[in-house]
Amino acid sequence: MKHAIAVSLLSATAALAPCAARAQVSPQRLLDSAKEPQNWLMYSGDYAGRRFSTLDQINTKNAGAIAPKWAYQTMAGGKFEATPLVVDGILYATGQDDRAFALDARTGRPIWQYQRALPSDVRPCCGRVNRGLAILGDKVFLGTLDAHVVALDAKTGNVVWDVSTFDYRQGYSITLAPLAVKNLVLIGVSGGEYGIRGFIDAYDANTGDRKWRFYTVPGPGEPGHETWEGDSWKIGGAPAWITGSFDPATNTTFWTTGNPSPSNRGEGRAGDNLYSNSLLALDPDTGKLKWYYQFSKHDEHDYDATQVPVLVDQGGKHLIMQANRNGFFYLIDRTTGKVIFANAYAKVTWSDTKDASGTPIARKDASPTPEGTRVCPGAAGATNWMSPTYDPQTSLFYVTAREQCDIFSTAPQPYEQGHAYYGSAYFPNDDMAPFWGALRALDPATGKLKWEFKHPSPTWAGVLSTAGGLVFTGDAEGNFIALDAASGKVLWHFQCGASVYASPMSYAVDGKQYVAVAAGSALFTFALP
Amino acid sequence: MSNRKRNLALLATGAVALLAIAVLAARAQDKNPYAGDPQTAKKMAQLGEFQFRANCAFCHGLGARGGGRGPDLTRARKKHGSADADLFHTINDGVPGTAMPPNGATQQGVGMTPEEIWQVITYIRSVEKKASAEATGDAARGKTLFNASACATCHMINGKGGRLGPDLTSAGSARSFDYLVESVRKPSRRLAQGISEAMKEFSQEYETVNVVTADGTKLQGVVLNEDSFTLQMMDSREQIHLFDKDKLKSFEKTRESLMPAYDTKTLSDKDLQDLVAYMLSVSAPQ
Repeated sequence: MKHAIAVSLLSATAALAPCAARAQVSPQRLLDSAKEPQNWLMYSGDYAGRRFSTLDQINTKNAGAIAPKWAYQTMAGGKFEATPLVVDGILYATGQDDRAFALDARTGRPIWQYQRALPSDVRPCCGRVNRGLAILGDKVFLGTLDAHVVALDAKTGNVVWDVSTFDYRQGYSITLAPLAVKNLVLIGVSGGEYGIRGFIDAYDANTGDRKWRFYTVPGPGEPGHETWEGDSWKIGGAPAWITGSFDPATNTTFWTTGNPSPSNRGEGRAGDNLYSNSLLALDPDTGKLKWYYQFSKHDEHDYDATQVPVLVDQGGKHLIMQANRNGFFYLIDRTTGKVIFANAYAKVTWSDTKDASGTPIARKDASPTPEGTRVCPGAAGATNWMSPTYDPQTSLFYVTAREQCDIFSTAPQPYEQGHAYYGSAYFPNDDMAPFWGALRALDPATGKLKWEFKHPSPTWAGVLSTAGGLVFTGDAEGNFIALDAASGKVLWHFQCGASVYASPMSYAVDGKQYVAVAAGSALFTFALP
Repeated sequence: MSNRKRNLALLATGAVALLAIAVLAARAQDKNPYAGDPQTAKKMAQLGEFQFRANCAFCHGLGARGGGRGPDLTRARKKHGSADADLFHTINDGVPGTAMPPNGATQQGVGMTPEEIWQVITYIRSVEKKASAEATGDAARGKTLFNASACATCHMINGKGGRLGPDLTSAGSARSFDYLVESVRKPSRRLAQGISEAMKEFSQEYETVNVVTADGTKLQGVVLNEDSFTLQMMDSREQIHLFDKDKLKSFEKTRESLMPAYDTKTLSDKDLQDLVAYMLSVSAPQ
């Protein structure tokens, strides 16, 4: 296995010169991303959402020797959440406030920079963040805080097309990295805190014409509409703010959705509130729903299901793994959408029973009250948007877990267009012990914990696994850490000087493997000396 | 009236109306428009409570009684001004150098409209206690007690005192009476939550730490900061030590405060009341 990878890396390196001329990233190249281990062609590295790099130059034997190679400063405040793409020696990424840039992946020197001219009154719920780009053909694509989709020329950063998905003043925004499938750019919308009606869109990569829209809250006459009380569906939320996955074998794209609005008040929206907090299997050509699975019915705790769905085939079964914000790890049959099991991977108090299908059901007394109800996980979840990873060598699933409970309170709140719409808010609880976090390695066959590495506080860093037998993650204290994927032993760490709010990735140029991660306002890269 | 005259008249009316709007706008940030009629005030206070919960309660607590980070707002006298205009200014513009952010600058959308800010102020007024019952102690005696007793060994007020515990200069305004009393009677129940460090990226909780260094030296003190790999601590002699955790013989952190619990035998209720009165006087509005 390792031999084969070394060969492929070598051949990829040898092919670098012609690569520079080919530039175009065809849909076929995206399908065959495994054949280009030196490149990172999409947000999660591959269509399966695994965030696994087959590069092994940096491995368990030499990881202790890796050192910073270069850093790129965006010079912007706020959280830097992006995962870069790397194609044939060029690194493409976004930064805070919807900026984008292309760099020499060996040196960090900029080739072009783009800054979106944002209106002053955009409504991002949780920071002026952006998580990255999609690439297709000779264009890169970003979603913006004013809810536009923008195509940039990959060689110049010039705007090729720019389309509005919805009126941002009603609370719509885009923070995720789009997913390019065939000739389409797939994107979902943020805004579950503003009473939006969520959707997933597909745009023609060449023209920007919208090909389809799937509303994540069904309208009158559509199946699922009956799961909403009165007119609550109109402001039902269910945003889709993390990048989906794609299964070419069945021509299905999988997307996850967030909380119903208002997030902390179920009164006024009686019912399951489909398709909030759900996994959706869509036809990428038409946007037609094949099946859905709802993780948290009628959610009142902001348990967005927006964690990258990870596809894996095991024992002839086609599966999806998800460590959900609600504290359960789910294994789902991706042919049928049926849950195989759901086991807690973090402290959970909101549910103590499951329905006939095996889906955890909320306790009645976990509902927010005017005085406040203490519930675990807290409002930020047992995990959040930071990516997990699946390592096919260890067959383990690695996830950033947050051990933090919160006091959820509720109050009636009139809906006002474009204004925050939580139905009250949450409060840090009165726990004597501080909150903490952990990198957890789970056996996806059972959901059981294999090992964990504890963080002193909950972190917002995602996880990368590599064929070198390593997992990389970061922490809130600013460390970027390499661990042995099999044992969880720390092999290396570097202090970045500010919290890591991003998921790492890996690439190679000129036969040298790099690992990259954003921390503070900088993108850092590391390699062997 | 001719058309021309009518137009002129309309123009004049319009100008007066514009002037009136301008005057109203200028005054909008001075006086609470909802304060007059009790029925209106009651309704607006309720709307204000929703806004308060969504925007303020995270720091100032449910019922505005103060939380880990923000002051108790049920006190009639506010550190940064108690008049309507002061409150509006504080909410809208924030307080530089503190954790209080300007309205709409929390990266959470567009913030509150002026009307919503007034609703919040109306709500705060509705929960304010008219007289500060707890501030009946003798501040002058409290000051003497603070400096003569063990307090000043570890705590600083206005630049005087020790460094091992939190600086208490602003504790009186930032913490509720109950919180201050609890901190003295049961200091380990809830460790300090970074009073003067509200703006820091990391919170200091003054956890007790015991380490044994590679050469066998035993040290006890408080944690200044730590991560998975390193520890920054201050020992009981106010010496700062910086350690790699893997080079220590042992490292033990507890949430049992180094501060002794003062029961009523070691510190009477009267003494405690005087101490709190002193802290309140130090941080009172100038």
